[in-house]
Amino acid sequence: MLRRRKLMEAMFKAVGLCSLALAVGTLGLLFGALVVEGLERIDWQFLTSFPSRHAAQAGILPALVGSTLIMLVTSVVGIPLGVAAAIYLEEYARRTWVTELIEVTVTNLAGVPSIIFGLLALGLFVYIVGLGASILTAGLTLALLILPVVIVTTREAIRAIPVQIREAAYALGATKWQTVSHHVVPYSAAGILTGVILALSRAIGETAPIVTIGALTFIAFLPPAPVTAQPPYISFEWLMSPFTVMPIQMFAWVSRPGEDFASNAAAAGLLLVVMTLVMNGLAIYVRYRMRKRVAW
Amino acid sequence: MPTVRFARCLILAGLVVILGLPIPLIQAARPDLIKIDGSSTVYPLTEAVAEEFQKANRGKIRVTVGIAGSGGGFKKFCRGEIDIADASRPILKEEMALCQKNGINYYELPIAFDALTVAVSPKNTWVTSMTVEELKKIWEPAAQGKITKWNQIRSDWPDAQLALFGAGADSGTFDYFTDAVVGKPKSSRGDFTASEDDNVLVQGIEKNKNALGYLPFAYYAAQMKKLKAVAIAGKGEPVLPSAENVLKGTYQPLARPLFIYVSEQAAKRPEVNDFVEYYLTEGPKLIAEVRYIPLADKAYGMARERFKKGVVGTGFGGEPEVGLPVEEIMTRPPKQ
Repeated sequence: MLRRRKLMEAMFKAVGLCSLALAVGTLGLLFGALVVEGLERIDWQFLTSFPSRHAAQAGILPALVGSTLIMLVTSVVGIPLGVAAAIYLEEYARRTWVTELIEVTVTNLAGVPSIIFGLLALGLFVYIVGLGASILTAGLTLALLILPVVIVTTREAIRAIPVQIREAAYALGATKWQTVSHHVVPYSAAGILTGVILALSRAIGETAPIVTIGALTFIAFLPPAPVTAQPPYISFEWLMSPFTVMPIQMFAWVSRPGEDFASNAAAAGLLLVVMTLVMNGLAIYVRYRMRKRVAW
Repeated sequence: MPTVRFARCLILAGLVVILGLPIPLIQAARPDLIKIDGSSTVYPLTEAVAEEFQKANRGKIRVTVGIAGSGGGFKKFCRGEIDIADASRPILKEEMALCQKNGINYYELPIAFDALTVAVSPKNTWVTSMTVEELKKIWEPAAQGKITKWNQIRSDWPDAQLALFGAGADSGTFDYFTDAVVGKPKSSRGDFTASEDDNVLVQGIEKNKNALGYLPFAYYAAQMKKLKAVAIAGKGEPVLPSAENVLKGTYQPLARPLFIYVSEQAAKRPEVNDFVEYYLTEGPKLIAEVRYIPLADKAYGMARERFKKGVVGTGFGGEPEVGLPVEEIMTRPPKQ
């Protein structure tokens, strides 16, 4: 009997180890292939050039700028909305069938294929609101896409805070808003951040909804600068600019005739992976700093 | 509480963006932007022309090119969202109706040839040519599950599995090949390896001795060492795909013209007019560079004349047709 249990134990350990090795190995292999094929293509010229029919002269600049700006719009719109919605659901909303319904819907939304969001955005933002195929449209679309993920993870983070903290705050005469803004949000910030970064990492690699709303492939200029020489010095014109993003540029290169563009595609892929890693790294660092500050 | 301040900053930033929205909405679109979208087959050509055109104008005129596909391009075109549509097939009836409904007249300008190439692996020693009849026998829907061996096509070919590769059902390549070979667009057997990415097909055909597949000429021209093209006998002798044979009109029925459709309204803008002129004069050189087949000089001349004289409409009438010489398309009375 005892030997059987020990055997089971060993077997489970082996299975677990194999799964881990498979997951990490695949990732390592993919990353390694990208590095081997793409690393030597990444140089200053590649980062600062526009697309071209000559593989050696082609660059990633518009896609890089496009992806960055869209992520900016997505975070600025999606994160406050998502966090606020989650706080309301968790702290303010009374438990009725309506909130139950909202809860189920939000959880389901997190699993909806991204192309559906693209179709919704095409109808809503592009045609009804009339924003066209712009950076703003793309940012709003991806904001919608990350909203459910942000809401779900924020709620999880908030729920992890002991109820005693809130009760203590109320006992000292704090209002609900004071309790939420002084205690609940700061204490759950680390968890919220993890969710946000996971969501943004997903969004940066999205192609389907961006193609649906009309992203371009060849675009040899940058959006207008956000800072201008004339008052009011800040320009939001870049929000309405046409754009392309990294995954689309990558796909365009992969599907070209011949092999000249393969290393460009690999380099773009590598850059995309690095961008995601940097975002994740930043989040882990900030989370570490925040955890240290929380003292109950 | 620094984190609280951080949260407030976020809320403030959100407000700024929301308040900032009306500002860009008031501003009109930039007047010097030429919007192009459509077929991914035509994309490399338009990209090359757009690149050179922007260089020639020192960045004063901006051109954007998308790859929504021929169908997606026409949809946007007929809604008036873009100035030029790239197309690997002529405009269809329902698209004509949509354009008409929205009052959009268009120039139909052929810009290059594509020669659909039937290819086998270089390791394949027995195939050098095939007739259209034989291709039909392989690809028609009735062949599904029945024609599975090489010796079913010609008895002196080996008794080996036939591995088929072809274009995905959403591409213009699939429409044209099935129309030209089987006789009806989109009518094909289903049991073959299909991919929208033609590089996948190149790899599949190269590695398998028993493979047979079809792809756009540019993919074959870029990888001649990896593929062996099959000469096609339409009505006469078997003919290999090449720029020469396509221009002579002997590579039939698999040579197809590629088009750009220019909105009449947009063509009144000087920058769009300049771009189209540039496409039809400087384009041929660039087209050879991206491994497509330029039209005969005469055909470009006819296209330029048609554009200059303001002759709008299509030479097809909404029905796909195969094997038409470009000159004939251009001399037909155009329909709207």
